Amino acid sequence: MPLIALRAISKRFPGVLALDRVSLDVDAGEIHALVGENGAGKSTLMNVLGGVHPDGTFDGEIVVDGTPRRFHNVRASENAGIAVVHQELSLIPELSIAENIFLGREPRRFGLIDTEQIYSRAQRVLDDLQLTLESHTPVQFLGIGQQHLVEIAKALVREARILVLDEPTAALTDAEGEHLFRILRRLRDGGAAIVYISHKLGEVFSLADRITVLRDGRAVSTDATSALDPQTVIARMVGREVAEIFPASQRTPGDVVFEARNVTVEDPNVRGKLLVDDVGFSVRRGEVVGVAGLVGAGRSELMMALFGAHPGRKRGEFLVDGVCVAIGSPSDAIAAGIGFVTEDRKRFGLMLDQTVVTNLTLAALKRMSGEEEIAAAERSVGELRIKTSSVFTIAGTLSGGNQQKVVLAKWLLTNPKVLLLDEPTRGIDVGAKQEIYAQIARLASEGLAIVLVSSELPEVLGLSDRVLVLHEGRLTGEFARGDASAEAVMACATGAAR
Amino acid sequence: MTSRLRAYSMLIALLAIWAYFAWRTSGLFLNPVNLANLLKQMSVTGVLAVGMLFVIVARQIDLSVGSLVGLAGGIAAMTQGWGLLPSLLAAIAIGIVAGALQGVLIAYLNIPSFIVTLGGLLTWRGVILYLSKGETVPVRLPVFRMLGVALMTRGTGIVLAAIAIAALVWLTLRRNHARRRHGLPVSGTAARIVVPSLLIALFIYVMNKQGGVPLPVIVLLVVAIAGSVLTQQTTFGRYLYAIGSNPDAARLSGIDARRHILLAFALLGGLVGIASLLHTGRVGSASPDAGTLMELDAIAACVIGGTSLMGGRGKVSSALLGALVMASLDNGMSLLSVENATQYIIKGMVLVAAVGFDMAGRRQ
Repeated sequence: MPLIALRAISKRFPGVLALDRVSLDVDAGEIHALVGENGAGKSTLMNVLGGVHPDGTFDGEIVVDGTPRRFHNVRASENAGIAVVHQELSLIPELSIAENIFLGREPRRFGLIDTEQIYSRAQRVLDDLQLTLESHTPVQFLGIGQQHLVEIAKALVREARILVLDEPTAALTDAEGEHLFRILRRLRDGGAAIVYISHKLGEVFSLADRITVLRDGRAVSTDATSALDPQTVIARMVGREVAEIFPASQRTPGDVVFEARNVTVEDPNVRGKLLVDDVGFSVRRGEVVGVAGLVGAGRSELMMALFGAHPGRKRGEFLVDGVCVAIGSPSDAIAAGIGFVTEDRKRFGLMLDQTVVTNLTLAALKRMSGEEEIAAAERSVGELRIKTSSVFTIAGTLSGGNQQKVVLAKWLLTNPKVLLLDEPTRGIDVGAKQEIYAQIARLASEGLAIVLVSSELPEVLGLSDRVLVLHEGRLTGEFARGDASAEAVMACATGAAR
Repeated sequence: MTSRLRAYSMLIALLAIWAYFAWRTSGLFLNPVNLANLLKQMSVTGVLAVGMLFVIVARQIDLSVGSLVGLAGGIAAMTQGWGLLPSLLAAIAIGIVAGALQGVLIAYLNIPSFIVTLGGLLTWRGVILYLSKGETVPVRLPVFRMLGVALMTRGTGIVLAAIAIAALVWLTLRRNHARRRHGLPVSGTAARIVVPSLLIALFIYVMNKQGGVPLPVIVLLVVAIAGSVLTQQTTFGRYLYAIGSNPDAARLSGIDARRHILLAFALLGGLVGIASLLHTGRVGSASPDAGTLMELDAIAACVIGGTSLMGGRGKVSSALLGALVMASLDNGMSLLSVENATQYIIKGMVLVAAVGFDMAGRRQ
């Protein structure tokens, strides 16, 4: 008998059938991976399981240990032994690790919170997970990866037998990810049922016992991992065979458009700590330069510095078309012909509650008249094939891929000579990724110089004419397209080769 | 660590202000009679600041506090005919009801608290103007009057100090015991007992020199201790911080944000009722425009004490320190006969500068 079974779950949002009679069994002692494109219904399924969508707002049945259960809220689901680790962290930055771990579950003595018990038990859980953390530390001082591990600790304190993780490694370094996998395997061996949601097929294949593929709200297949290979899973996810993901490059780069020399960026919070240490590089017309590196290598910081947006102190020279320019602020950068598609589109890239047209023309507004604005926006929508009912649609209602295209189009409207792309495909589905790849290739072939930062190595290798590798703020490798193998780049990124 | 540093820098600023006034008034400022006065002035703002803290920590605001002080105080004065206890309870009840009503509109109907309580600011003032027909009602019941002005006898003060020190010792020992039981390190026991005990003794000594501890100050201390326990040691307080800091995370942790926000407003309402009694008792009458602008004093006290209007950050003790800073400026500048106009300007600048330093300190 499975520890938890979902029976024919259907969930309808206005205008969309997010889940269509999805059934899923997870056994005790099993890691069950749930894969699918964004919008396939993974998060909705998880919210049903976690009580975020209360009983009655969906059809179907949740059976825990053979007993049908109804969850009216998050707590009811927790009481049934289910813990959900959401992709967006549910931690309170101001509270300590221990206080976060026990949030909503505080042990009490005489009606007051039993502080000593909280700290000692939290510390035991941290030690048990082999995390070198102090339970007193406020969560805001932790790195994002450590925060994810605290989330896991929070689930463990609830003595959850059913653990649901949504993209837990999205923000983790490889080492932290490995640590997490060890923990998950141990929990599985201890009899927990684990639902593991991820985009990264590599880790899914190394971790999961079974894999369920969701597509368009339906469970397409469930198979033992040993009976599957990544190509098959991708094909089921997208519902079509993936031929060539990355468009072939037949570009011949032209003259140098942009050059950065001796760029050094200091941590705004820690005096003297260098996030970027003496990095220099150049980009040519029609060239895509990829920047690879692990989390914390200083890739985003370098991009922010090139765009005059980094809060820390920085040094360095910038040349556009061979002329030295001073870049002290984003408006300097835009004036110099630099565009910047930021990493976190929801936070830095878009005004989600404004219309598509407002977003598109924001950076280029000074150069346009009123009528031009609408016309330019409509041109952009057509050019990048942004799927929106009109340019007056609210940007936040678009899918992730289309939001990303809006950000891209916004910068293209400034007529940049150089475009900096920081994680341009993060959190968007496979189909939308391919469209972004095609746009990058097209823009480069039209003569734009592009600097591409991505955590997905295949993306960097597949798109770039040249690959730079950063490790701890320093440039540790440079490869031409033909010479850049995943192994060689990783060696430089981990500091193993210099 | 940084928060501790902050608390000390506040304390140093306060001591600097006191030293300055002591120097300029040739010691008059530090005279026990004046210090007692200062604390009496502060007690109303202090009680309001404790309540305001609950609301601000949950990322809300209450602008109706001043008008509600006027309404609750007026009701208490008008119901004196029912007897002492009903009249006092009427003020507290009206505060809780008004606060809860606003809380429902904010938490369950999703109307922003700024708007709801701005409406409250106008409405409650209108209600008391209507009920009192614009007339000032004198306080007739002697005990009501005493609430705002009475001094505890010297003996009572000493007994209270002894109880406080005994409680402090007991709590510290209990804490040590609990920490040992959970295998946590125990340290600083002596400092935890001696320093606060000396402060308590000094406080009682100074107050007794001028006749005794003022009753409203005792009320403030009780409210402050209760507020401190509520924010730091109960789930209710913990959840207010969580809601203010990251509402989504709070919801995903199974916390009912609406109920807690409603309760925070009701609690503030109750404290407004108590503050209105202290204020009315001290003034000796309830005028329909009593309490005007008090909400801003309460907010200023919280903010000077490092409370973030973005929610999730702030402590009762710091808010009281903030209230003490504002009250000291008021009192000291009055002693120096600083012009009203100048007083406003200086207080305004202190408010902005305090937050400015806070932000600068945070960036380091």
